[in-house]
Amino acid sequence: MAALGIPTARVPVLLRASVALPAALFAWFCSLVPRVSSGQTLHWEIGWIPEQGIALSFFIDGLSLLFALVITGIGTLIVHYASEYMRGRPQLPSFTAFLLAFMLSMLGVVLADNLIALFIFWELTGLTSFLLIGYKHEEAAARRAALQALLVTGVGALAMLAGFVLLGETAGTYSLRELLAGDVSLADASNYTWILGLVLAGAFTKSAQFPVHFWLPNAMVAPTPVSAYLHSATMVKAGVFLLARMSPVLGGTEAWSVTLVGFGAVTAVYSALASVTRTDLKQVLAYTTVMALGTSVMFLGLPGEAGTAHSTAAIAAVAFILVHALYKAALFMAVGTIEHSTGTRDIARHGGLRHVLGPTFVGTALAAVSMAGLPPFIGFVGKELLYSSAYESAFGGFALFAIAAASVLIVTAAMLVAVVPFFGTMKQSARDAHPVTWQLWIGPLLLGLLGLVAGVATAPVFHGLVLPAAAAIAPVPEHFEPGLWHGFNALLLLSLATWAVGAFVFWQRPVILSVPGSILDRLPVTGDRVYDAAMDGIARFSTALTRRMQSGIQRRYILAVFATLALSVGATLVAKDAIHLPSQIPSVTFGEWALVAVIAASVLTVILTRSRLLAICALGVVGTAISLVFLLRGAPDVAMTQLIVETLVVVIVAIVLLKLPDFRNEIRQPLSARWRDGAIAVAVGTVTTLVLLAVTARPPQLELTEYFESMAVPGGHGHNIVNVILVDFRALDTLGEISVLVLAAAAVCALIRRRSRYRFDRFLRLQAGQSARPGRARASREGA
Amino acid sequence: MNTLILRETTRVLFTLILVFSVATLLRGHDAPGGGFVGGLIASIACSLYVFVADAKDVRRLVRTDPLKTAAAGLALAIVSGLVGILSGGRPFLSGQWVEIGGVKLGTPLLFDFGVYLVVVGAVLTFVLEIKEPASVPPADSDK
Repeated sequence: MAALGIPTARVPVLLRASVALPAALFAWFCSLVPRVSSGQTLHWEIGWIPEQGIALSFFIDGLSLLFALVITGIGTLIVHYASEYMRGRPQLPSFTAFLLAFMLSMLGVVLADNLIALFIFWELTGLTSFLLIGYKHEEAAARRAALQALLVTGVGALAMLAGFVLLGETAGTYSLRELLAGDVSLADASNYTWILGLVLAGAFTKSAQFPVHFWLPNAMVAPTPVSAYLHSATMVKAGVFLLARMSPVLGGTEAWSVTLVGFGAVTAVYSALASVTRTDLKQVLAYTTVMALGTSVMFLGLPGEAGTAHSTAAIAAVAFILVHALYKAALFMAVGTIEHSTGTRDIARHGGLRHVLGPTFVGTALAAVSMAGLPPFIGFVGKELLYSSAYESAFGGFALFAIAAASVLIVTAAMLVAVVPFFGTMKQSARDAHPVTWQLWIGPLLLGLLGLVAGVATAPVFHGLVLPAAAAIAPVPEHFEPGLWHGFNALLLLSLATWAVGAFVFWQRPVILSVPGSILDRLPVTGDRVYDAAMDGIARFSTALTRRMQSGIQRRYILAVFATLALSVGATLVAKDAIHLPSQIPSVTFGEWALVAVIAASVLTVILTRSRLLAICALGVVGTAISLVFLLRGAPDVAMTQLIVETLVVVIVAIVLLKLPDFRNEIRQPLSARWRDGAIAVAVGTVTTLVLLAVTARPPQLELTEYFESMAVPGGHGHNIVNVILVDFRALDTLGEISVLVLAAAAVCALIRRRSRYRFDRFLRLQAGQSARPGRARASREGA
Repeated sequence: MNTLILRETTRVLFTLILVFSVATLLRGHDAPGGGFVGGLIASIACSLYVFVADAKDVRRLVRTDPLKTAAAGLALAIVSGLVGILSGGRPFLSGQWVEIGGVKLGTPLLFDFGVYLVVVGAVLTFVLEIKEPASVPPADSDK
């Protein structure tokens, strides 16, 4: 693994210095804890379009503060960790920028007040995560995973946007603060099912719920700091955050509970099982993350009895989110350190690493013990809460079974990560391993210790963070005292059984896990495959459509454009009754009649001649005659421009003609086709004439003309009104036009320079309607 | 096409037409003319040259990539619009005027010159690319 661990490489100064940003934000959010935990809601507003009443507003309550602290706190450790982990890798400045941009977008999601702003930040997290997952863009797997994450979460986000719009229109406000303060419940709204379904689609795809969880394990191709940050503690939690946020507005109904508990439970159990059958350490962690997301979703949906148990379920969900963020980020960083040091993440190839990576081992062990839910760690408190609130809920038996089954397997997964690589005999990987610098183990160690400290000092953590956050989801009981010890009861027995069974499964894992492992590997339908099939289908559909629509023959395109023009404009004229034939023929001078005669003769020449050069010249005569009409009618500027444009057209077409092969006989079309083309040409001419007559039949609007005439000299310092309009009064229009001109020139360059000689021949043959006979076309081209 | 008469006439006409195009550009504000027409006239001069010489010779004559000329013209037009913002806090593209020795000069003239450059650059790009692409990739073998 040459790309990993180049201690001699230059320190990525930018990445290391940018730790300051999350650290400063973290300190600031910490300073807000006392105010928020006393029940205050802080809010800021930045005027954006004040005339329209549009402002960018943010607010912080218990829930957003908890998430903000996780985002910035873990962000600080991750950026610091990445500054060593990513050392010597390419494109670090952009990596740094993406990582920080991701962090800020994530903060936007949890702090935004306006639903639409929340959506924008939500999409920004998707976009930045696309860039981060695709960091190793030379690898096809990384590109696929990045695109998959973007598309899956993006489709969900679009559904969510639709849900937000429905919600905002129904509730009459897009402000979350107003929605929450007004105690608006949309449960009785007629379109409640639609709103719920659409919002859940966004939350479930972002938070990787079964069956759309597949993008998250695939996203593990990202560098480990990215996985540790996005796919454990932050981005995937956005969906959970949204559900928690929406709980007072959308929650409390049967549809809400059944959907959330159903999806959450299936996700938790399925992914817990999937996690212990993986052999890649990061995959193990990825699936336990999916399990944690499922658990959070399930508990956010858990209904209570008479309004008491619901609130403990909310406390359990929030506590679990915090617990999970602490241990999972630590474990991801630890696995990254193992890979950095040994070059592999394959569990089977590790053993005895505790002798080499001592501090990493300690951090991993602390985090894993918290993950397994052993006292006195915060993980224990979290799991006890999950058990008790599941037990008390209306879905008691089912919820308790699901969470216990998932917890057993999580104990096994924790042991897989913390025991197998570090204990046992030294394997080759441990002998090859190089010790790592402190930057790579301080993060896991700190987070592991934090799990222990939070477990011991349960009361301040709960009163400062967890309870205020839970209060934003549902009313919490007034005297809620969490603790490590609740006496001997059924739940403690269940905990003991969880550890015992989990350890047993770990001990006998080759026997027990072989069957579910092979079943999971052989599932006939997986989300991943459905995704592939859908992408394939889209590609095939667009190919078929392109083949049908794009003949590559210029004549057909022009035919289609003109036929559409004649039909649509003609139909509009008839439908709007806008055909006005002039009641009297306006006076036409002899000179003008002469010009009409010239034009008619030239048009006939164009149609009848078989010489292309003559046709082009005759077309030029038509244009010149028209410019003379302009001159006679008092528009010298237009006449001048028209005349020169006509000249240039003749010149350019003449140059093109010199390059074209002589295929005049080959493009001679059958008589029926010529009649059809003629009919369309006459139709376009007729329709255009009718439009002009309709326009001129109305009395002309002279206000603008008068304004321009009176202001040209005092305002524009010019006597040529046309020019003053072009370069001063309406200069923005002109700017747009010349921009188009530059773009067109660039497009011509791109089209012609990229075209190879072979393709040019093919193109000409297509134009000539020939079959592919390269020799003949080349010969005729040389002849021309 | 490349006859002696055309070649010798072009030699004279080329310069004359270019001078005429600049005159058209400058008089445009008070009399028929302006950047657009001026640019078109200048393009005709260049196209005439394309007829009698190689595209390569014309490229050498105009020195820069015509596409870059067009882009420079666009940039000039935008910059002329910024003058008003920077000097007077006026909206984008507001005309600013000074009078030096009885000749009034303003940002619209700068803008018009931008239009002129864009038109010359774009038309010359079309003509030269059609006549002979700047860099043709090696011909594929027939498969």
